Amino acid sequence: MTLRETAPKLPPEQYEKNFAEISPRMTPRQAAVEAARCLFCFDAPCAMACPTHIDVPSFIKKISTDNLRGSARVILEANILGHSCGRVCPTEVLCEGACVMHEKEEKPIEIGRLQRYAVDYVLDRNIQLFRAGAPNGKRVALIGSGPASLACAAELAKLGYRTTIFDRNGLPGGLDTYGIAAYKLRAQDTQREVELVRGLGVEFRQKTTVGTDVTFAQLEKDFDAIFIGVGLGDTGPLKIPGEDLQGVVGAMQFIEPTKVRPFAQLTIGRRIACIGAGNTAIDVVTAAKRLGAEIVHLIYRRGEHEMSAFHYEYDLAKLDGVRFHWHAQPLRILADAAGNVAAIECLRTRTESGSDSKKKRSQIAIIAGSEFQLEVDMVVRAIGQEPVTSFVRAVQGIAVRENGTIAVSERFQTGNAKYFAAGDCVNGGKEVVDAVAEGMAAARGIDAWLESPRGKN
Amino acid sequence: MSDLSVNFCGLRSPNPFWLASGPPTNTGGQVMRAFDAGWGGAVWKTIGDPIQNTSSRYGAIDLNGVKMMGLNNIELISDRPIAINLAEISAVKKRYPKHLVIASLMVESKRETWHDIVRRAEDAGSDALELNFGCPHGMSERGMGAAVGQVPEYTEMITSWAKEVAKTPVISKLTPNVTDITHIALAAERGGADAVSLINTINSLMGVDLETFAPRPNVAGKSSHGGYCGPAVKPIALHLLSSVAKRVKIPIVGIGGIGDWKDAAEHIALGASCVQVCTAAMHYGFRIVEDMADGLTAYMDDHAYRSTESFRGRAVPNVMDWGDLDLNYKIIAKIDAGLCIGCQLCYVACEDGAHQCIERAPQHNARGKQNPNGMEIHVPRIIEEECVGCNLCALVCPVHGCITMEEIHTGLPPMSWKQKTSRTT
Repeated sequence: MTLRETAPKLPPEQYEKNFAEISPRMTPRQAAVEAARCLFCFDAPCAMACPTHIDVPSFIKKISTDNLRGSARVILEANILGHSCGRVCPTEVLCEGACVMHEKEEKPIEIGRLQRYAVDYVLDRNIQLFRAGAPNGKRVALIGSGPASLACAAELAKLGYRTTIFDRNGLPGGLDTYGIAAYKLRAQDTQREVELVRGLGVEFRQKTTVGTDVTFAQLEKDFDAIFIGVGLGDTGPLKIPGEDLQGVVGAMQFIEPTKVRPFAQLTIGRRIACIGAGNTAIDVVTAAKRLGAEIVHLIYRRGEHEMSAFHYEYDLAKLDGVRFHWHAQPLRILADAAGNVAAIECLRTRTESGSDSKKKRSQIAIIAGSEFQLEVDMVVRAIGQEPVTSFVRAVQGIAVRENGTIAVSERFQTGNAKYFAAGDCVNGGKEVVDAVAEGMAAARGIDAWLESPRGKN
Repeated sequence: MSDLSVNFCGLRSPNPFWLASGPPTNTGGQVMRAFDAGWGGAVWKTIGDPIQNTSSRYGAIDLNGVKMMGLNNIELISDRPIAINLAEISAVKKRYPKHLVIASLMVESKRETWHDIVRRAEDAGSDALELNFGCPHGMSERGMGAAVGQVPEYTEMITSWAKEVAKTPVISKLTPNVTDITHIALAAERGGADAVSLINTINSLMGVDLETFAPRPNVAGKSSHGGYCGPAVKPIALHLLSSVAKRVKIPIVGIGGIGDWKDAAEHIALGASCVQVCTAAMHYGFRIVEDMADGLTAYMDDHAYRSTESFRGRAVPNVMDWGDLDLNYKIIAKIDAGLCIGCQLCYVACEDGAHQCIERAPQHNARGKQNPNGMEIHVPRIIEEECVGCNLCALVCPVHGCITMEEIHTGLPPMSWKQKTSRTT
């Protein structure tokens, strides 16, 4: 990719500073003080609010009693990705949003950080808390190695299944490895969690694309059930002129290198425009600023109150000095003589109904003659990833919904009884913790369908 | 404007706050700084034949991150020569004639030895004497301290020896490590004590290191029982104080778990003329007395108490035998739904730990308020006809004022267990 102007390189230590964890690991004393604040609610709202229903008061109590192994067990039994969830969950709208401390006009308990603190204890020491179940003679293949597959495979392994994960990427972990802002979660942290899953006997076949490297027919022959956890695909197109120019990339394409390559080796534009205002867009603009881009624009065709990014994500971008262009719709991307991105032209919009509610989307009207241009060297599309289900159409019986997601039953079984699916490819794109919850539920669904006998440990 | 000064056995104390005999009163330098900070009196670290201490000496219990809820020590009496202690008492009294210096004394249980130390302490200028009959550790193994205070006859005898020669008030300090402290208090009174002070520290072992099995405080992997004090012991001190206040006629000095003016006022309300403080000063330094004086003054002003005598002992008659309590007095719990945070701690406490009088909120019983997550807050319901008025729900509720205990008028006249049983027999 060639760019008209690139962002200046920063001193190596500056990159590390810029991408330092935004929520660092607690010290033992911090954890003790925070854990002591927890009221130990009965039938606690935090646990109810968690998609994986981690018994939050129980694991926090165990931190208070210095029983960190027990604390981690409580967390990981409910959510094998408890470490990354502790770091990337939007806790403000989940467990911490439900904390009764809000009603007490006190700060909610820092559940996410405490959770990470407890799980770090066992990850640091390679303590294997769980064992694979006694083999029940059944085999399950899992396609994709993101949170849904990892959770599903771990649960199945505990039940005695032989599980094999097939994944086209070099590293396991899916979106956790490749798509989450580096200041929240590094790829190597995800690999520590992957090792937990591998420790249960789950086999990983990386760089193996199902449909080409191995056929569905082969999987159907070798395995008793197949789980699909492929997440989402590329970011959708803007459908405007200039989209194919050098310097126009999708959000995942932009973020992925920040996760798997040294920051100093990355080349980005000096001025960058990001289209969209979801949480992924925030990941893009904050990464862009932290990599040294001088001017970063976020362009959104609706108003500030309609952006789908969480408040605290928006705050991150504001603190990073991102320029926000509300009510602006990209019209075309302009090139310089060399064919590189040089500017983006937008039109002002007006929301017709004026509704501030996120759920009730307003109508957008273009304001004629309101064109304006921003000089940029790079344009990043962050208007939502599209489902990547074309390949499952090759499998007979799997139904795909209108929006491209895979249709499943309550136990996450697809139209083809042998195939189960969960995570973003089913729910259209939610949190890591949702993928874990669904993956675990799918494991139980597979187990129920196969009616496997329980082996003896 | 109220006046904090106290007439104690004919002595004028600038206020009721004294430092107890202990590490904070080990030296003249400390005592003078304490007086500068505002303490009215100081009971000198117990004087006797110098001892040798161990290292370490103190152990503490923390609670939920709060440090030193309880403290214990295995430190003995002063490790400095008697002559040096007495010379420093003289020096302090010369510079602080209006403050009280009370010499705490502990010597061998010989009449002449006690006569000698009493004379020397008074010659040095002590305003009063406190006989240490309470030290529960170390010294008791040598036949002193609690070894005296646990036997009424010894307490009476040694008190009387001190009184034979003392010209200043004699305070006998009592140990709580007895079956009934009033027997000891009465023995001291019989022996002629001008006052008693209580409580000394409580026998304790602070804990065990689960890796080495060394008890705390650790002295080369071993430990010994020591004296327990600090905020945790106040309820024990208040009980023993009230029981002594009901029996003796001489003044009482309250000790045990006092860290602020409210603690001091409670001791005074249960009969104490003055109070002594040690752990809180060890924790935060002498400066704590400023708010003790300031807060007590404000309290007394608010209630138009001219002196501590205006409310001293007011709570004593309210401490009764259980058999005299009114069985027809009835309270039940009320939950303020507007304040409830939905933690369900009252529910689980009542259900598992008390009398099963609280119901989980049914789904429709949300109070219409939502947490930031959009979840409804469910307010538990008191089953009023079942509530026994035990207080537990109000005690566990983390929100101030959310659960209150409200009186239900039964229409029945007061009736105690004693009255009830005398009627039926």
